[in-house]
Amino acid sequence: MTIDNLFALAACALIGIGIYGLIAQPHPLRKLIAFNIMGSGVFVLFGALAKRGASAGLAADPVPQALLITAIVVAFAATAVTVALMLRLIEVSDSASLSESAPSPDRRDR
Amino acid sequence: MIAPVVSMVVVALLLWLAVWSVVAHDAFLAVAAFVVYGLLLALVWVRLAGIDVALTEAAIGGGLTGALLLGAVGRLRRTEAALSTEHAGTGTRIAAALLAVGVAGGLMIAVTMLPEQPPTLAPLVVPALPATGVGNPITGVLLAFRALDTLLEAIVLVIALIGVWSFGPDHAWGGRPGPRYSADPNGMLAYLARVLPPLGIVIGIYLFWAGADHPGGKFQSATILAAMWMLVQMAALADTPRTDRNILRAGIVVGPLVFIVVGVFGLWTAGAFLGYPDGWSKPLILLIEMALLPTLVLVLALLMNGPATRKAVP
Repeated sequence: MTIDNLFALAACALIGIGIYGLIAQPHPLRKLIAFNIMGSGVFVLFGALAKRGASAGLAADPVPQALLITAIVVAFAATAVTVALMLRLIEVSDSASLSESAPSPDRRDR
Repeated sequence: MIAPVVSMVVVALLLWLAVWSVVAHDAFLAVAAFVVYGLLLALVWVRLAGIDVALTEAAIGGGLTGALLLGAVGRLRRTEAALSTEHAGTGTRIAAALLAVGVAGGLMIAVTMLPEQPPTLAPLVVPALPATGVGNPITGVLLAFRALDTLLEAIVLVIALIGVWSFGPDHAWGGRPGPRYSADPNGMLAYLARVLPPLGIVIGIYLFWAGADHPGGKFQSATILAAMWMLVQMAALADTPRTDRNILRAGIVVGPLVFIVVGVFGLWTAGAFLGYPDGWSKPLILLIEMALLPTLVLVLALLMNGPATRKAVP
């Protein structure tokens, strides 16, 4: 087993860990962390494939690597939007619950 | 001989931190594990020969995302206790675990069945790179061969900022985001916020300039510059900016606008959107990068600041 394969297999495990957390954790912040772990697993898998594509004197295929830089920045932007949405949710409803049956205190539009 | 052992230790730590940040009881511990995870991920990128990706991951994936989540966890603290009674049922947990194992297992099987001769675009990039005038293949891909992706990314960032801003209360629209920080004006933080920014600005601009031929570039540079601005804000040396200032808004959109103008210019002179005429690629790439830098610095910092919460006092 080569080193690239080791990272690719670890990336698959990261995706699995992220999926579990995304479903099993009730708190939205924990879901967000789990989602980021799942996303980084996808990135590492992609990066391991880029490493396999090393040729023409380069240590890795630069096209997937450039796309990864784009992906990391976009993932940060999406995380920022989610955090803002989450903070607004607790501000408006005084609860971070995503459950439909959760007791929602009197809603005030502030 | 030592390299495989280091890789295995890094992978083991990475998986352990990932599990911990998913199952930890305390949200703060989960975020702390995630920050360390992000920094460790940068090491993985070094091992995968992606120095540019490693710099981006350390700066944005670990640094900015970690800081953002740390800020959120403090404000979500009081909701955590109420939610601790809310548990996913055993059935949901088992189903989630089965789904996770299924997806991970399927991907692992796919990884072991990859073709011996991996597909690669590197042989296409290397001979075409001299025509772009930049020496770093990643920068070449980002701003010449796949410039459309970078343009759309800049637009996504601006849209994300509009999204964050629109989560603020109506009465504060155009005001200043977040609380006004207070800090001891003679304290350590204020001292660091005076000493570090000059160094950070020089390092940031160096990374920006070096990105043409060496690892680095506008994203890594913009993160450092944005971090310096955040430091000054947190040390209460400057307030967060008013989001209705025209110059701020102009700085936010200048990058994508210049990018689009250069793209249309290419349509006219080189026959393709974002095409660069012969001999013009280096100056045009430089123009785009210089226009994108203020956009990236402002958007990254303002995404960290969040929506406006205080009406600006005129």
